Amino acid sequence: MDEGRPIFVQIAEEIENAIIDGTLPEESQVPSTNELAAFHRINPATAAKGINQLVADGILYKKRGIGMFVSPGAQVKLRDRRREQFADRYLRPLLVEARKLGLSTAEVKAMIDTWENQ
Amino acid sequence: MIVAVKGVTKRFRDVVALDGVGFTLRENTIYGLLGRNGAGKTTLMQILTGQQVATAGTVEVFGERPYENDAVLARTCFVREAQRYPDDYRVKHALRAGALLFPHWDEAFAQSLVDEFRLPRSRAIKKLSRGMLSALGVVIGLASRAPLTLFDEPYLGLDAAARQLFYDRLLADYAEHPRTVVLSTHLIDEVADLVEHVLVIDQGRLIVDEETDRLRGQVVLATGPADAVRAFAAPRTVLHQTTVGPVARFTLRGEVDAEARAEAERLGVTVAPVSLQQLVVSLTTGAAGSATPKETTP
Repeated sequence: MDEGRPIFVQIAEEIENAIIDGTLPEESQVPSTNELAAFHRINPATAAKGINQLVADGILYKKRGIGMFVSPGAQVKLRDRRREQFADRYLRPLLVEARKLGLSTAEVKAMIDTWENQ
Repeated sequence: MIVAVKGVTKRFRDVVALDGVGFTLRENTIYGLLGRNGAGKTTLMQILTGQQVATAGTVEVFGERPYENDAVLARTCFVREAQRYPDDYRVKHALRAGALLFPHWDEAFAQSLVDEFRLPRSRAIKKLSRGMLSALGVVIGLASRAPLTLFDEPYLGLDAAARQLFYDRLLADYAEHPRTVVLSTHLIDEVADLVEHVLVIDQGRLIVDEETDRLRGQVVLATGPADAVRAFAAPRTVLHQTTVGPVARFTLRGEVDAEARAEAERLGVTVAPVSLQQLVVSLTTGAAGSATPKETTP
């Protein structure tokens, strides 16, 4: 796991990514806390914390005695949230670097267009 | 809470091994007990397991004093780096002793671990290699399933594969049979993701008592133009600093929130996380007597 960011956040994000790209479809069962702990070689309590955060967000729900499942509507909800974060997470560092290199916003836009057409 | 330590001091003649140490250990949690050689980790574990008596302060394990207390010691397993066995003992004898000593002992688990660690059952213990001796300690510590299990540098002579096996079996068995585990180790990066809570001892004093996740964000590396880094560092504790030409790199203690990140960006300072190992190194590096101030945690 990468340094610095809390591991439970990384676990939650990894499950979110799997839901967004469809690897974990809605109503499918999510790996158990112990499975996640063994797979990532992390403390089970940390894995549980990541799962619990997703339950609190309504992304996962619990079936008593069976396990955790992906909530209906989770994919759209997560996609919307990530879109809101997109500018801050990706555009900001892009423009910071562009400014450092003396690239104008227009030049960056042109570069994106060229990139897309390749 | 299964362990409560209050104001524990241990003196050996004129040496102060522990100096007013206080903390508690919860049920079913894996702790990392970290610090430099001679910091007092082993002494602390000896006191918790009734092998030493504190000069001052109180120690309660499962609500009782551990010293010469069979009820407490049956629920405690201490895997020492320099474990002594009777001279004529073979591997199988040590396992049999474990089965008698620990009420929660799992014989089938012990036997499968012996196979996995490739321990020769009939070999005399004094003829075991350093790594095999460590593996035997690990097998006994895991199979004991003691509600309080302490490992004091259990990895000496173990190769990377055997250490990984230890961590994997510990995690898997802990998930099935939760208990409190204290891991004392110098291989901090190897256990950083395993331990839920970190205790750091430096020169006999407890300087960190914190959840691992919370501790991670508390020390950062700030790199950039020296003046900018200095400005960013002003409200924080500087643990270490180096400069190369006009560029400075400071190791800083103090939470970096979104506002601080924005400030760093404005100043042209890059803020990067440090590994748990680097964090502990920076907190425990320094001349004698200049230990960092005690962590104030509730």
